[in-house]
Amino acid sequence: MSSSATNLRGAATPQSTARGKAARPAIRIAGLAKRFGALTAIDNVSVDIEPGEFFIIVGPSGCGKTTMLRILAGLETATAGTIDIDIPANSTRPENSMIFQGDSIFPWMTVWNNAAYGLRMRHAPDAVIKERVGHYLEATGLMRFADYYPHQLSGGMKQRVSIARAFANDPEILLMDEPFSALDAQNKLLLQEELLRIWDEQKKTVVFITHSVDEAVALGDRIMVMTAQPGRVKSLVEVPLARPRNMIELQKAPEFGELVHRIWSELRDEVKRARDQEEDRDVSS
Amino acid sequence: MTTQTIAAPKSFSVSVRTRERILGIASPIALLAVWELAARLHIIDTRFFPAPSSIIAVMIDMLRSGELVGHTLVSLRRLALGTLIGGVPALVLGIAMGLNRWVRAAFDPIVAATYPIPKSAILPLALLIFGLGEGSKIFMVAVGVFFPVVINATTGVLEINRIYLDVGRNYKASRWNTFWTIALPGALPVIMTGFKLGIGIGLVLIAIAEMIGAKSGLGFMIWTAWETFSVEQMYVGLFMIAIIGFVLTVALNELERVIIPWKTD
Repeated sequence: MSSSATNLRGAATPQSTARGKAARPAIRIAGLAKRFGALTAIDNVSVDIEPGEFFIIVGPSGCGKTTMLRILAGLETATAGTIDIDIPANSTRPENSMIFQGDSIFPWMTVWNNAAYGLRMRHAPDAVIKERVGHYLEATGLMRFADYYPHQLSGGMKQRVSIARAFANDPEILLMDEPFSALDAQNKLLLQEELLRIWDEQKKTVVFITHSVDEAVALGDRIMVMTAQPGRVKSLVEVPLARPRNMIELQKAPEFGELVHRIWSELRDEVKRARDQEEDRDVSS
Repeated sequence: MTTQTIAAPKSFSVSVRTRERILGIASPIALLAVWELAARLHIIDTRFFPAPSSIIAVMIDMLRSGELVGHTLVSLRRLALGTLIGGVPALVLGIAMGLNRWVRAAFDPIVAATYPIPKSAILPLALLIFGLGEGSKIFMVAVGVFFPVVINATTGVLEINRIYLDVGRNYKASRWNTFWTIALPGALPVIMTGFKLGIGIGLVLIAIAEMIGAKSGLGFMIWTAWETFSVEQMYVGLFMIAIIGFVLTVALNELERVIIPWKTD
């Protein structure tokens, strides 16, 4: 684990050359569809996500992006299509861990026990739990608060616990469902940077959902823009910004602005369409 | 714990709370004083409402003889056993009903249909089945505790935010772990309320059960006092039950604070 981390950190080459050469994608989504009764939430989504890729899904609200992540997480079943997650034959890691939107850490557990939850559930040895949880609480700056209960923490701190819990579980892929949407702008920026820093250690495959275009460009290697309902793939956009990224510096980089602009123009029609659908629904009901 | 610095109460709330406490102690004392005065001035009939001082005198006598302590311990033991025997299955069934719709569908109608039966009305049945010994008394308490706990445990689990159950599934919590790490702690505040209600009902039922076919306990003591027209002794019994109820409430609140450290007021 340490060797692969140093290799990747040393490689200052653009992400696209590091990726793309992998024999098999980390996640292969093919013809994925989800219907709830007469409503089609997701329609024929196919995409390959490379190992170590920070993959972002953006789309208007109601485009089925959260549903898609929940299918990836095994919390929901697909109506049609397949998802193949490439897991090394000798892997003892869990397939995925999810960072949920909003408050998802248990109010009845201390910060430490929350962060250790995944490892405990899969009966990891105590020494491993101590080392991993300690590492990620240190990385998220929460070590001091290890014995605190969530009601004693701010919203940003709670979300850091949720991040520590997912990373400590050491899964093959990380799923993130708008983890920062409930935070204020300043906290969001700090946490985004923190997330990238922690992710940078091992560069696990990430699928990250957001409705914020800025966030998508700031964090991702590649962005999938989804259409309004039914959710389809509208376009896939590479983000050729170098890593490590500094959230503040990014704001003034011209490439950043161009990418944000480009994705916004892709998205605008969809957001409008989603709004019209919503208004139609309001009128008809 | 390292929490003192976080929730340091403001001086304003302390003074309000202190005032509340003082009032809480002062008002029963005032009531006793008025009662004492009214009895001494013969404004009230002392055959039915003997002066608190005479009740206390009888109470001291009964404490000296060990009679009061004996009856109290017998009643407390029945209350404790009944709470355990009624509460634990209620807890398990209630959580299972909250977690699993099939279990809920199977047991909900039974609980809903038997819950409205006045528990005191099944005393004759309890006597028939368990006889005059301990069994019937403990059974009555168990029945009284069972319903509030089962209903509150079900509600408590159903009210747990769905996201916590999703977290459990995503992190591959087994059924056993879902019960112990999510359902039980998540529902615990509501379950505690169920136990408080249940123990209150248990206290009512134990007094009734001990009045019929018992040879010990506070209910028996009160009943004997009626038969011998020893009104003071009757009041001693009533006082004792009131004190038990009060102490249990305080103890359960304290217990709640210990086992639910995450609960915020």
